[in-house]
Amino acid sequence: MSTGHHTSLGLDSRKIAFWAFIGSECLLFGSLISTYLVYKGKSLVGPYPHDVLNIPFTSFSTFDLLMSSLWMVLALAAVQRNDMKWAKVWLLGTALGGLIFLGGQVWEFSHFVREGLTLHTNLFGATFFVLTGTHGLHVAVGVLWLLTLLVRALQGKLTSANAMTVEITGLYWHFVDVIWIVIFTLVYLIQ
Amino acid sequence: MSADSAHSDSSPHVAPAGHAHPGAAVYLRIAVILFMLTVLEVGIFYVPAFHPILVPALLILSAIKFTLVVLFYMHLKMDSKIFTMIFGGPLLLATAVMIGLCFLFGVLVIR
Repeated sequence: MSTGHHTSLGLDSRKIAFWAFIGSECLLFGSLISTYLVYKGKSLVGPYPHDVLNIPFTSFSTFDLLMSSLWMVLALAAVQRNDMKWAKVWLLGTALGGLIFLGGQVWEFSHFVREGLTLHTNLFGATFFVLTGTHGLHVAVGVLWLLTLLVRALQGKLTSANAMTVEITGLYWHFVDVIWIVIFTLVYLIQ
Repeated sequence: MSADSAHSDSSPHVAPAGHAHPGAAVYLRIAVILFMLTVLEVGIFYVPAFHPILVPALLILSAIKFTLVVLFYMHLKMDSKIFTMIFGGPLLLATAVMIGLCFLFGVLVIR
């Protein structure tokens, strides 16, 4: 399957295109993180970050996303050696890790709204919800993508011949993970 | 569900472009390091003695975690350098824009 997609560089064209997409995503998240940092500490009314951010809870979410990255590479390794039984297990684990993260984010957002922090409350609310919400949207897309792969695996349509498809899915998933590593530090830990 | 039982074959896999991917053992070692770095980050946050160096320490730990995931889980260490350039260029640009804006708006100040 991959032989039909190689460029004159000997590289898979889909992989080149996807790395370029990830590069563009760096610029998107760079602008969102910059906006958060520029308006940090400039809210005129509360709630302020130290009033609402829950570090132990978010640390668990961070751990969950890191582990889902591990499961993703294990899924790729399983597909590459055509071990589809374990590929399904790791793909399901990765998707569940993403769902747990999303559930945590929904709980966090609803908790913040109950505390009086919305998109319109202050600069912290506006920049925080846009940044973390955009990341959450990326996680949701990743979970749908992973579940699609899982369904294809269950139908017997995912084999080692499709390893590049799983690798590209993994690139997306790990990118979502590294963006969270940055957000966790800049938004949650450096208040 | 142990990793050992799941991965009787922990030998490196060869990617289509001919670059070997690390095996499960390497992936597990990276995961352990990432977990320990996260614990360290949260620990530094809660220990008042570390607060004078909180920001640089957290930024360094975060950069190490970012680099480990990109090098080993996204396979940039083993893959073609062209991928590194395609990703590294925009990443450097985004970082430069972030630092530039932080200086411009007074978030970062040179004394």
